[in-house]
Amino acid sequence: MTDSSTAQSSVDFRPYLDVARKIGGGIFMLILTFIGLTAITFIIGRIMPNDPVVAIVGDRASKEVYDAMYLQLGLDKPIWQQYLIFLGDILRGDFGSSVMTGQPVLEDIKRFFPATLELATIATVVGMIIGIPAGVLAAVRQGTLIDHVVRVVGLLGHSIPIFWLGMVALLVFYAKLDWVAGPGRIDFFYDGIVDPVTGVIMIDAAIAGEWDVFHNALSHVILPASMLAIYSLAYIARMTRSFMLDQLNQEYVLTARVKGLREGTVIWYHAFRNVLVQLITIIGLTYASLLEGSVLTETVFAWPGIGQYITNSLFNADMNAVIGGTLVVGISFVFINMLSDMLYRIVDPRAK
Amino acid sequence: MSQSSLGHESSWLLADTPRNAFQAKCQRIYIGWLAFKGNPIAMFGLAIVLFLCFVALFAPWIAGGDGTTQDLANRLAPPSAEHWFGTDELGRDIFARIVWGSRVTLYIIFLVSIIVMPIGLIIGTTAGLLGGVVDATLMRITDIFLAFPRLILALAFVAVLGPGLENAVLAIALTTWSPYARLARAETLTLRNSEYIMAAQIMGASRIRILFAHIMPMCLSSTIVRLTLDMAGIILTAAGLGFLGLGAQPPLAEWGAMIASGRDYLLDQWWVPTIPGIAILVVSLGFNLLGDGLRDVLDPRSSGGH
Repeated sequence: MTDSSTAQSSVDFRPYLDVARKIGGGIFMLILTFIGLTAITFIIGRIMPNDPVVAIVGDRASKEVYDAMYLQLGLDKPIWQQYLIFLGDILRGDFGSSVMTGQPVLEDIKRFFPATLELATIATVVGMIIGIPAGVLAAVRQGTLIDHVVRVVGLLGHSIPIFWLGMVALLVFYAKLDWVAGPGRIDFFYDGIVDPVTGVIMIDAAIAGEWDVFHNALSHVILPASMLAIYSLAYIARMTRSFMLDQLNQEYVLTARVKGLREGTVIWYHAFRNVLVQLITIIGLTYASLLEGSVLTETVFAWPGIGQYITNSLFNADMNAVIGGTLVVGISFVFINMLSDMLYRIVDPRAK
Repeated sequence: MSQSSLGHESSWLLADTPRNAFQAKCQRIYIGWLAFKGNPIAMFGLAIVLFLCFVALFAPWIAGGDGTTQDLANRLAPPSAEHWFGTDELGRDIFARIVWGSRVTLYIIFLVSIIVMPIGLIIGTTAGLLGGVVDATLMRITDIFLAFPRLILALAFVAVLGPGLENAVLAIALTTWSPYARLARAETLTLRNSEYIMAAQIMGASRIRILFAHIMPMCLSSTIVRLTLDMAGIILTAAGLGFLGLGAQPPLAEWGAMIASGRDYLLDQWWVPTIPGIAILVVSLGFNLLGDGLRDVLDPRSSGGH
């Protein structure tokens, strides 16, 4: 027991200290993961290609040119020093220039990343809006038709090759039925009408009051976002169902029911509040995996996002762009995961 | 026990008090199998996976030829009695290519499993058994890998290693092993202080012997269940890499690559890219159903029960 007189006279700081420790632990892990991620991309980009100098100057360059580039790349320095230089460049936002676009990789990423964020955000929000109620309903009505439907959809969403489904959806809804716009982010006709403020065309169009552009952009985004939403919906519904079943089997739910509380109160006020805490991690995980999972969807829908940028650069052997893109997606992925994990630990007092 | 245990086969398997460790083990498997058998969805999953193995094993007899025979006079033919799934842009029989593609899928599954399981088991059990600094270091490394984006990193790996089936598998494996290490460590921690480990220690077994002979076999079942559940994701990632042109290379009949090459014919010859997609869907669904069923049997709590 600590001295109780001091605890009475002043505010009890222990909960805050606890939160601070959790945040500190999270940041420590974030830094470690960041170092690991940069180390791996460093290995991929600098050490594994047979000869980075030849990759830049070509194999017919003279000895002088070769040596100059060798020194310029810092390849005469020890590996650890090269890594530190690489790390310093990244921290300053210098990913080098892209051979394909001729621009600094960071500029390219600024242009392509909002498109990916747009897709992933819409898909996650749709997944939450449909997935959470579906999961709760399936758990409450366990064993009924609705439960089976949710389970089957959940399994299908995890078994379907999304890129293939996207192709089939394009065939049906664009080519045959003509309900939605085709590949790309916006029709050529509407391109460049609104000034990019946020980089998300729909928001920019709404700000500018250009509703034609807004509708066109919406019509383009529906299909790819739905494809990703199927994945997020399946995962969120499945996890919500299983968390909810766990809670409904607990004794406090029985107590609440015995006390005569209405079923709605028991489900949404008592049980669901505990589920919500667990769902933070799941939603964070979904969002992060959609950021990287959009690579294939972007390819199918010719969506000018970071995934398409990485794959295009890859086929043009544009290593700076590949490494830069991988790092940016990787860092976002790690950051979102750590953030949701930290949030969970702070919100849920049971987490250690 | 007054009754003879040599009676009917199932009475030996269901006896209340097993006579030896072997009987106890058989009983556990048999009771698990009974529970598994009662789950029609899981049985359906098992049937799909077994069917995949059957098709892959007997591919030459089922398909005939090797799935690369071209017949340019008969390209993009619709499904018919002769070509059940039609033919592709080079006049190759799509049915035969699907059948041969099942071998590629099994090959991917096999390769990923034999890379991921040993790495995960060795790192996890070592960390759990030794504890202290070793544990902390290994687990931080595992956490770092756990936080990595899988597809993007696999993409970057393949970019450097060069496209190809083996490189794609290697890239997938390098980004998949970490949850297995966590799982094996957690199991090891619960086993570490159990009496049979102490008995082995007292009898002078070395740490390496305890690790490989006494702890690892116990972690195997949960690892296999987890791998079955992950297998759908692995198949989808491999197919995705194949679709991007970074996995299996032509003329190998890999389903993802078949979708990619059939993409241009989607509008008028829908069967060319559609059928390989259905094959991927069926197989990964099979693994998901099987994994779900196995988990229900081995760990009834986590799935929410029935």
